Amino acid sequence: MNHETYDDRYIKDVLARARTIAMVGASPNWNRPSFFVMKYLQIKGFRVVPVNPRAEGETILGETTYAGLDDVPGSVDMVDVFRSAREALEITKQAIAKGAKIVWMQIGVRNDEAARLAEDAGISVVMNRCPKIEYSRLYGELGWGGFNSGVISSKRRRA
Amino acid sequence: MSKPRTPGFETLSVHAGAAPDPVTGARNTPIFQTTSYVFEDVDDAASLFNLQKPGFLYSRVGNPTVAVLEERVAALENGRGATATASGHSAQILALFPLMAPGCEIVAANKLYGGSLNQMGHSYKKFGWQARFVDPGKAENFAAAVTDRTRAIFIENLANPGGVVVDLEAVAEVARDAGVPLIVDSTMATPYLNQPFEWGADLVVHSTTKFMSGNGSSIGGVVVDSGRYDWFAQREKWPSLTEPAPEYHGLRFAETFGDLAYTVYGHAVGLRDLGPCQSPFNAWITLQGLETLALRMERHCANAQAVAEFLEQHPAVAWVSYAGLESSPYHDLARKYMPKGAGSVFTFGVKGGYEAGVRIVEAVEIISHLANIGDTKSLILHPASTTHRQLTEEQLIAAGAGQDVLRLSVGIETVDDIIEDLDRALHAAASSKAAE
Repeated sequence: MNHETYDDRYIKDVLARARTIAMVGASPNWNRPSFFVMKYLQIKGFRVVPVNPRAEGETILGETTYAGLDDVPGSVDMVDVFRSAREALEITKQAIAKGAKIVWMQIGVRNDEAARLAEDAGISVVMNRCPKIEYSRLYGELGWGGFNSGVISSKRRRA
Repeated sequence: MSKPRTPGFETLSVHAGAAPDPVTGARNTPIFQTTSYVFEDVDDAASLFNLQKPGFLYSRVGNPTVAVLEERVAALENGRGATATASGHSAQILALFPLMAPGCEIVAANKLYGGSLNQMGHSYKKFGWQARFVDPGKAENFAAAVTDRTRAIFIENLANPGGVVVDLEAVAEVARDAGVPLIVDSTMATPYLNQPFEWGADLVVHSTTKFMSGNGSSIGGVVVDSGRYDWFAQREKWPSLTEPAPEYHGLRFAETFGDLAYTVYGHAVGLRDLGPCQSPFNAWITLQGLETLALRMERHCANAQAVAEFLEQHPAVAWVSYAGLESSPYHDLARKYMPKGAGSVFTFGVKGGYEAGVRIVEAVEIISHLANIGDTKSLILHPASTTHRQLTEEQLIAAGAGQDVLRLSVGIETVDDIIEDLDRALHAAASSKAAE
């Protein structure tokens, strides 16, 4: 599929299917971007499991950090890649082995080979986007900061 | 999945940024006339203060009504985000604030609103900012004035008051080569007539006081970011955005917020520390105005064209500078950059110089003699005796505001009434001159 632009309905569907998210590259340092994203996704009701070999065993935002994806107990719906585009291929292979349904690569991260591999395995892929920005954009919070959400609706949102 | 069609300009003017209120179902945007917002708990407060979740803390930094205006203008400019300010003047300061430090320079057109020439030429010096002014008629003039201290190029795409159209694409190329953002004041054009981002601009500022609010009731401004400028390409130039911010515990705006960084900084540092927030009431008035922007601009432009053509034939008029006239040296540029019309503000010269100019502004009866533009009401001004009287003779000529110059902002009244009023005033000025 085309990874230049995504239909809003596709992103909404992906976010609706992701309840447990393994965040590869989650940082215990509270002023890093990954920490911001993890915290926001938790506020919105997602369970986020941090994966980071350098922080193995540490608690980030109440969750235990695991060294690798295969160390995470239980199943994960989505793997959020907070690592470089080069590393995304190996992480995607691990995501497939883990049985994830979605591979999401953060802003600035795009690996077309990994995307093809994941899609051949029936996995949905989002690249070069941030789930925090997309969630807030689609559900009415991004505009609070003065941003152009691209969303027009005459429907009443949930309070 | 097919990609949904992008909504048109008029649809965005009415809807962008607004939705029925989730709690009450109120269809029109409510005026959130509040200074502050309760936290859910201490952790919620921390998340907001640390910029980890979107939300409202204090209306100097963000307000729900003002945010609707910001998103709407960002959408109309096809930009990434916007920061509303108390006035057009504070929008200019807020636009430059993330880019500048003492010792930094901007290269600005010398054909700007007189108040902007004052702000940049005099007051910026108190911040240690230096403005170098150049004639925007040739893009090379900007290139020649760029130094390694330059941090922005600033122009009005349709300059106030002279009906000057700047070759946006060419100046944008100069800015790109110089590695600095191009800031365009698009107040006179509005996004209905011209969208500077389409031609390579990086930032847009507006005085929303003018055509956006439309009815001359509310002062306001806005800064819009295209989201396209790469702050990390020459990171040493932009320490505000690329270096750790001590008050936010070392976060780097451009790293954490990506293409949202400039607008996040505009709120979280610019509005927080400089303080020129727009009031929710003014934002609400401006939102009502924006809904009819396209309709009003159509009529403003049609009326301006008719009035300019009338004046060009009038025996008491020496010249007319309106880019919609074929006689204008800016006619071709206007057709390229603003094919729907050349705006409604222009200047003309009256035979009889300063004295005749003064008589005309005193003789009009429908047109209002005041210092504003972009009102539904037609407005007239003699810059040399009012807004531009602080400028030297040389600056007056450079700004297109010489002794014989009258500025018109043509409103949306019945065009025959505007023309009749001007005709009467021109005859009155000519006959009183003859009587002397």
